Amino acid sequence: MSAITHHIPDAMMAAYASGNLPHPFAVVVATHVSLCAECRAALGAHQTVGGALLERSDHVSVSAGLKSDLMAMLDDPVVPEPIFERQGIYPGPVVEALKGKPPRWKTLGMGVKQSILSETGGGSVRLLYIPAGQAVPDHSHNGLELTLVLQGSFSDETGRYSAGDVEIGDEDLEHTPIADAGDACICLAATDAPLRFNAFVPRLLQPFFRI
Amino acid sequence: MPEQSQKTSELTVWLIAVRDNRDRAAFAQLFDYFAPRLKGFVMRSGMGSAQAEEIVQDVMLTVWRKASMFDPHRAQASAWIYQIARNRQIDIIRKEHRPIPDELAQDPGSEPDASQILAFDQEAEQLKTAIDQLGPDQKDMIEKAYLGDLTHQEISAQTGLPLGTVKSRIRLGLRRLRKELEGLR
Ligand SMILES: [Zn+2]
Repeated sequence: MSAITHHIPDAMMAAYASGNLPHPFAVVVATHVSLCAECRAALGAHQTVGGALLERSDHVSVSAGLKSDLMAMLDDPVVPEPIFERQGIYPGPVVEALKGKPPRWKTLGMGVKQSILSETGGGSVRLLYIPAGQAVPDHSHNGLELTLVLQGSFSDETGRYSAGDVEIGDEDLEHTPIADAGDACICLAATDAPLRFNAFVPRLLQPFFRI
Repeated sequence: MPEQSQKTSELTVWLIAVRDNRDRAAFAQLFDYFAPRLKGFVMRSGMGSAQAEEIVQDVMLTVWRKASMFDPHRAQASAWIYQIARNRQIDIIRKEHRPIPDELAQDPGSEPDASQILAFDQEAEQLKTAIDQLGPDQKDMIEKAYLGDLTHQEISAQTGLPLGTVKSRIRLGLRRLRKELEGLR
């Protein structure tokens, strides 16, 4: 993997550490941190700040029985949580979002496919598969969108994004990303705008008719 | 506690004793130190006393159960516990599991790097001093950010996340992390 050059901004990482990042973006940040030593170190820095604030927070005394109750629970049997390990190009957080199963690709035309991992009123996160030389479907007109490359690369007016890189697009970003030559480009894309299927598919296909 | 800057912090020592020896006395020490702070911290974000205590209990039980994951090269005891507490609160409030990055395997061949752990501890002390010196408004903003009360847009509109104080932690941590990340591939 070539060096990652497009990272998670500080404010977004602070929001991730504190847990106040919408779930779709948190999936992307957790995936990027799985791939990027720099952002893992940065996350560690935010945790250090959080820990310092915790150490400096006001003490509120706990009920008398809390400690003894807890000490008595230490030997209780533990139900192990499922662990989602990296599978091929998909880091653990993507595997978890896939519930441990392979992606279920749905074709969008022109060889472009998507697999929706989660979709709620608060946004969506999905995988996109774009063959080399194809334009990445432009779907970032509402709200904020994070696109993380898992395989291959794409380029647009703002630069080149290869495996591990994150592009952060807001409503103002006008761009035409195109998958580079070589391997098909597979991206994890998250948006905080609700995904409306009926309106979404035709608009998504629109750019391809113009190619 | 000026002697703390000369040696590994007590908190780290206790947590390592829990990790390596399942040391209940050390765990009880960690409880005494963190439980009232955790309760105060959790209640700052508007949670009632009873629910806050449930979270305290839950977080401390997780500390006991997941101590094997604690790596002092990556996190201060308080930083590690902070993240557990925030994860737990999100799981409970939003009823969704927070996405967590892949764990990095600890390189079995690598010796504990005492100088790095000490450097992190010293830096964390400096950070706490810096926090003590903040004006009330700025401290309030930073607390809100790390308690999850601000969106990332609100955080980016502010300046003065105290990350400057932990720059060498980032630099030192990076060296080791790069190696561990290589091991994962
Ligand atoms: Zn990064």
